[in-house]
Amino acid sequence: MNAQTMGRKNLKDLLERYPFASSYFKDNNLPLEGNRDLTLEEYFGQFDEEAREERALDVDLHYRQLGEFIKQMNAFLGHEEDRVQTVTILPGTDKSGKGEEFGELTIAQGEIVCIVGPTGSGKSRLLGDIEWVAQGDTPTSRRILINGEKPDRKWRFSTKDKLVAQISQNMNFVMDLTVYEFVELHAESRMVENRGETIGRIIESANALAGERFTPETPITSLSGGQSRALMIADTAILSKSPIILIDEIENAGIDRKQALDLLLSEEKLVLMATHDPILALMGDRRIVIKNGGIHRVIETTEEEREILSTLEEMDRKLLAYRSKLRNGEIIGKL
Amino acid sequence: MNLVTISGPPSSGKTAVILKTIDALKKRGLKTAVAKFDCLYTDDDRLYEKAGIPVKKGLSGALCPDHYFISNIEEVVKWGVEEGFDLLVSESAGLCNRCSPYVKGIRAVCVIDNLSGINTPKKIGPMLKSADIVVITKGDIVSQAEREVFASRVNTVNPGAVILHVNGLTGQGSYELSTLLFDESEGMETLVGRELRFPMPSALCSYCLGETRIGEKYQMGNVRKMDMEGKN
Ligand SMILES: Nc1nc2c(ncn2[C@@H]2O[C@H](COP(=O)(O)OP(=O)(O)O)[C@@H](O)[C@H]2O)c(=O)[nH]1
Ligand SMILES: [Mg+2]
Repeated sequence: MNAQTMGRKNLKDLLERYPFASSYFKDNNLPLEGNRDLTLEEYFGQFDEEAREERALDVDLHYRQLGEFIKQMNAFLGHEEDRVQTVTILPGTDKSGKGEEFGELTIAQGEIVCIVGPTGSGKSRLLGDIEWVAQGDTPTSRRILINGEKPDRKWRFSTKDKLVAQISQNMNFVMDLTVYEFVELHAESRMVENRGETIGRIIESANALAGERFTPETPITSLSGGQSRALMIADTAILSKSPIILIDEIENAGIDRKQALDLLLSEEKLVLMATHDPILALMGDRRIVIKNGGIHRVIETTEEEREILSTLEEMDRKLLAYRSKLRNGEIIGKL
Repeated sequence: MNLVTISGPPSSGKTAVILKTIDALKKRGLKTAVAKFDCLYTDDDRLYEKAGIPVKKGLSGALCPDHYFISNIEEVVKWGVEEGFDLLVSESAGLCNRCSPYVKGIRAVCVIDNLSGINTPKKIGPMLKSADIVVITKGDIVSQAEREVFASRVNTVNPGAVILHVNGLTGQGSYELSTLLFDESEGMETLVGRELRFPMPSALCSYCLGETRIGEKYQMGNVRKMDMEGKN
């Protein structure tokens, strides 16, 4: 739709045809009340030069931007969810220019892959390459394929289709809202249809992950560390559209990590986890070892490691049990 | 030479992002310089110097910073061309959310941060709405949901922009940004004859001219009064 045809459109018709366009008007402080019978041209015509200066209103820009907004939203609402089933990393080079030797690495939906290596070794660059769907145009020269093919450019530039969602230990809630309002806001921005049900499911799942229960009315800023983490994970699993979830170290306190990973996998995510916690690392199917900016090795979790994992988990349960005894004011004795 | 104007609210992460991005440009063998514009004070020039980046600083003092910017940018461009830089970046703080120092045909970047609140995109005028690239910082400290909501609000007020997430501390995303800032096929020698994307406010009242006394009889020129009757 060009500016001219759009200009002749009646606001009422425009909004009937593209209901989402009302958020464009709202977020740009353009009042709709009492103006719905005007054409777009008449609408902007109401603002004389002084009013335009006053509101910092650039009419030509609005035509372009509104047109672009409608185009993007139509594309978003119209398209079949293209599922990301696999992500493939094709080797590039490490910091000294030496070629990586892993052939190719394909990560499939429902898999957990860990990333290990010292700080500064190139973990962020690897994630950066995936997020930017590198095509030989980053410092590592790696290439990323989606579902085995050279990916669409939208993965790089669209805000609605981001490849990677991230959860890390440092993240906090900064808004002043209740749990319900918070999740509702996210659901709104994702234009989810059965909102109430989705919100309920998220809060329920988060409660299942966190040891201590919280209600929809709890302000998000007064959630405990474990509860916050649980809500972030449940919300990201269920509401975020990104097919890949990156987890950057999650502490053990106050959250069932095994169940958290299961939730992410049941929502058909690919999980990447940067961690040196042996329990988390061994929960993965494979781990990528990064050294000197490059992928050094890819290790499959062995049978023996899985056995060790059960021992570690047993130790971990003990530790947690002691912790909760302490919290309850009990005397610590033999478990 | 390529020119990029970068602006954004104070402390949104402009300097941090520029420093990391220039790192990435350096690795590609590109010579970048910075012109820093501020109002009363800035330390940023020292940070750029420390990083070995050629820098010029301008303080607008008693003048509106964006007016000052546009009256000085041509001289800065001349400097950049003479020195043979590949890329000149101007950093200026958007102080009143109203103006923007963007010039037609010159790449414009707005930096805003996730901590500023989800209603901020609504409050920023042409500085955000007419930028070509919007960089969102401080995603490392807020939740995924807040990042998504914030980015979607930015997208609603500026659907035409490329939105990038950059971490000013670790530099994650700055390589990606650097690829969007320099284009070999583009080049400019002067800004003379070019135009601002959006006019700056033409307000000129007695206080602009140094009046200090308070009271109706001292208020002259372009004066506007609050509506004290209405509900808001
Ligand atoms: N956590 C975090 N801090 C940041 C980020 N970007 C910038 N900062 C910090 O925010 C503060 C203001 O950044 P600065 O670049 O000076 O902002 P400017 O005024 O816009 O130039 C500094 O302390 C930065 O270290 C980011 O992505 N994450
Ligand atoms: Mg600065």
